Amino acid sequence: MRYMMFVGIDPEGEELDEDTTEAWVADVNGRGKRVIGERLRPVDDATTVRVRKDELLVTDGPFTESKDWIVGFDILDCGDLDEAIEIASKHPMARAGRLELRPFWPIED
Amino acid sequence: MSSDERRAAPDVRVRQALNTVVSTERVAVVATLIRVTGDWDLAEDCVQDAVEKALARWPVAGGPRNPAAWLTTVARNRALDVLRRRQTERTKLAEVAIMDELERDGAAPVETIADDRLRLIFTCCHPALPVESRVALTLKTIAGLSTSEIARAFLTSEPTLSQRLLRAKRKISKAGIPYRVPPDHLLAERTSGVLAVIYLIFNAGFGAPDGHLAAEALRLARLLVDLLPDEDEARGLLALIALQHARRATRVDDAGDLIQMEEQDRSAWDRSLIDEGLWHLRRAASTERPTGTYRLQAEIARCHATAPDAGSTDWAAIVNHYDALLVVQPSPVIALNRAVAVGFCDGPVAGLMELDSLSGAPELASYHLLPATRADFLRRLGRNAEAADAYRQAYDLAPTEADRRFLHRRLQECEH
Repeated sequence: MRYMMFVGIDPEGEELDEDTTEAWVADVNGRGKRVIGERLRPVDDATTVRVRKDELLVTDGPFTESKDWIVGFDILDCGDLDEAIEIASKHPMARAGRLELRPFWPIED
Repeated sequence: MSSDERRAAPDVRVRQALNTVVSTERVAVVATLIRVTGDWDLAEDCVQDAVEKALARWPVAGGPRNPAAWLTTVARNRALDVLRRRQTERTKLAEVAIMDELERDGAAPVETIADDRLRLIFTCCHPALPVESRVALTLKTIAGLSTSEIARAFLTSEPTLSQRLLRAKRKISKAGIPYRVPPDHLLAERTSGVLAVIYLIFNAGFGAPDGHLAAEALRLARLLVDLLPDEDEARGLLALIALQHARRATRVDDAGDLIQMEEQDRSAWDRSLIDEGLWHLRRAASTERPTGTYRLQAEIARCHATAPDAGSTDWAAIVNHYDALLVVQPSPVIALNRAVAVGFCDGPVAGLMELDSLSGAPELASYHLLPATRADFLRRLGRNAEAADAYRQAYDLAPTEADRRFLHRRLQECEH
């Protein structure tokens, strides 16, 4: 099963001594469980796009007024949710922020 | 005996036999069918169907020699039937594979069946499900309660509860929650999640007049101990539930009013449940592991259950158990219970001092038992005016009608 893992910040997260993201990526890639993943520019650089009554509306900023910005994502390919949870729990942002696991919606459903 | 009674007697016996078989075997049949088909609704419907067939047939034709095997076979055949019918509508390879497995799965070894029940329990209590769904799913699928029974017990509507169950089952399948016993490195954590669900069910039923949920929690705890005999905290929870449930007949009077433990009729406590609790507590204590929260709470319940009368309660031991409990699980509510024990052990003045150190805890700000405990200490010191004030505060915060009636009674005693 494929899961989108959103990496989000959390004002109540723990302080980290060092960023171990690279080691995490190497480990998960080595196990063949990671399809792709990227860090994202901050929401200051976000652009929201809508079309209403055929009119294109382009606005500055993200579409949610939240403090829990998404700062990156990884697509995981796991046997089940427990495996995805286990992989997510090792990511440094599990301590410093929070991770959301969303299963892909398969075509046949 | 009239001829009517003679005809009725075997029917009643068959029904009782059926009920016993259903309550002990149902979960295993459901669990196996879920593993093989991956379809929770199909599994539950087929087992329900088998139960109804048994209810219709056994009183007439007599019960089968092996009722559990009978139920399994009928439920499995029903599942095969449903899958075959689905298949003619649209051929699905997955269902062909399931049918193959169902037909092969005729004589599953005993260990597989035990594993199936554990798989079911761990899946129902998976942490990725909302906690109220874990409770509902456990009661529905493992305890076999109906949707309306569960809705009534949790004071919610049947459609709300059905929705909750539907969403939980959907999440299990769509989010990839595995149907399995967790691997060793997850087992301790997941087991404590299961224990929490059973304890929640027990607490929801605690004090309820019919004791239905408490009895289900007791059955669930026994089942878990059967399946995980080396888990000392599971035994601790079973002991705790048994020792507390043993007092169920004496906790409220005929008018539904609460009776405090010191005033309960100890001769009406359920001796066999107490013995069961004490036995499991001894077994749990034989492990090398540090004593966990359920065992510590069960130790406290043991002190009450084994005291011949309220006056001979070993309050010093209870205070020690609370001290240990606070180390493992720091919580203002536990600290409040410890203060109550100190009040009995060292007198109300010492108890009041303990309460003073708790009065700032935000978790207790609207908890009626904080002023109620203060009131009780003041009443025992004869400081009736102060006690009355505290009882009034407690009355305003009390969550249930029975609590308010009890506090009102105490308040009147102080005002005289």
